[in-house]
Amino acid sequence: MTNFWSGYIVVLTLTCLGLILWLLLATRKGQRSEQTDEKVGHSFDGIEEYDNPLPRWWFVLFISTMVFGAFYLFLYPGLGKWEGYLEWTSIKEYQAEVAKAEEQFAPIFARYREMPVEEVAKDRDATRIGQRLFATNCSVCHGSDARGAFGFPNLTDDDWLYGGEPETIKTTLRGGRQAAMPAWLGVIGESGVRNVAGYVRSLSGMETENVDLTAGAETFKNTCVACHGADGKGNHQMGAPNLTDDVWLYGSSFLQVQQTLRYGRNGHMPSQAHLGEDKIHMLASYIYSLSHKDEK
Amino acid sequence: MKMHETVEKNLGLMVVLMVVAISFGGLVQIVPLFFQPETTQPVEGLRPYTAVELEGRDLYIREGCVSCHSQMIRPFRAETERYGHYSVAGESVWEHPFLWGSKRTGPDLARVGKRYSDDWHRAHLINPRDVVPESKMPAFPWLQDNVLDGEYTAKKMEVLRGLGVPYTDEDIAGAQEAVEGVAEIDALIAYLQHLGTVLSDR
Repeated sequence: MTNFWSGYIVVLTLTCLGLILWLLLATRKGQRSEQTDEKVGHSFDGIEEYDNPLPRWWFVLFISTMVFGAFYLFLYPGLGKWEGYLEWTSIKEYQAEVAKAEEQFAPIFARYREMPVEEVAKDRDATRIGQRLFATNCSVCHGSDARGAFGFPNLTDDDWLYGGEPETIKTTLRGGRQAAMPAWLGVIGESGVRNVAGYVRSLSGMETENVDLTAGAETFKNTCVACHGADGKGNHQMGAPNLTDDVWLYGSSFLQVQQTLRYGRNGHMPSQAHLGEDKIHMLASYIYSLSHKDEK
Repeated sequence: MKMHETVEKNLGLMVVLMVVAISFGGLVQIVPLFFQPETTQPVEGLRPYTAVELEGRDLYIREGCVSCHSQMIRPFRAETERYGHYSVAGESVWEHPFLWGSKRTGPDLARVGKRYSDDWHRAHLINPRDVVPESKMPAFPWLQDNVLDGEYTAKKMEVLRGLGVPYTDEDIAGAQEAVEGVAEIDALIAYLQHLGTVLSDR
């Protein structure tokens, strides 16, 4: 703040306070000090006014608010550059709040930091911490029950797109994931889309009418195996899903599978690195625990 | 006492004196902010909205998002833990009008950018219950059908430039072309994905 604006604020604030005080005293001046039956002299629709002084309690209240104001301006920043006797700022208050919380939570995080994810996943308290972190940061996409939604993976089953080992879960959390299934319509054509969709469904034991499974299998071999593997069991390195396990991120109906083939899918999980290693450790443990419930 | 009576009995004079009395507050609390670097200088890296984002922002206003979503993270730990770094004035210097909001029926959106995927936003805008079963946000399915023509985008940018947003002639010349044919939902998502991404601890 420049000196000009500081001075501007100080002068205006003090002038205002001074004027109010002057107004109070000036109106009080010449007033009688006792109650009276005498009227002021005017009458509006028959309503008249006694010429009484300002009530004392009211006057005192007025003065005390002014004293409070002066005291406040002394303690807190208000008068231009004056930072206040307490040197209070909202940011300092925030930082103190954060520091206090860190002091409180640091030992808890430190205790779990040394434990492997498999161990933390079995700890009841840790799971409750993880559940809260999950609710705040993950549930919007994966659901508050972690069962996911259309296009957002279920985290409670044993099926993993990128792998369910503790370190892999952490890698996913830290860096996020970007899936890249290309659109195949231009390559395999409309009949190719239909046949491959039928073939892919057959891998999970579903039947589709009016498709050529042999042609589908042939096209699959030429176009899909690079990511999904010759047996269709997928590839964790690329996040290519297992097509044989009846878990369908984008739906299993003939229409939905065709849609996936035609236009591709590009599921994206944003990075959660901003949470910091400690919270990622807790979250990874919680997510790990979701699919290892029996081992508790 | 005489003066008091004069003021009481002359409405015009009383109005003038009242305005003088009340304006002290504004003169002290508001006017200096117009001239402080903290409130007039952009934070480092701030850029004006692209043409598509700008249209998305107007859709945000049209659909009344600001009625339920604030864009103002206050400096409390409870807020920064959930939403990220508290909002600072330098992020809003090119906002006309501000969309800080004052009510949170839904969560704060000041740093929603890059937080969720585009796919998530699309599914969520078309029907929030598809991704968040507990949600009570209304669905906005028409956003995927309506397509922008960009007729007024350049004009809007010119007006904003008049208000101090540093759009270049190039930005304005290419505005309509950039916006034409974009689905409303994509424009809105482009806007949302940019929100709060300039300054962050993420």
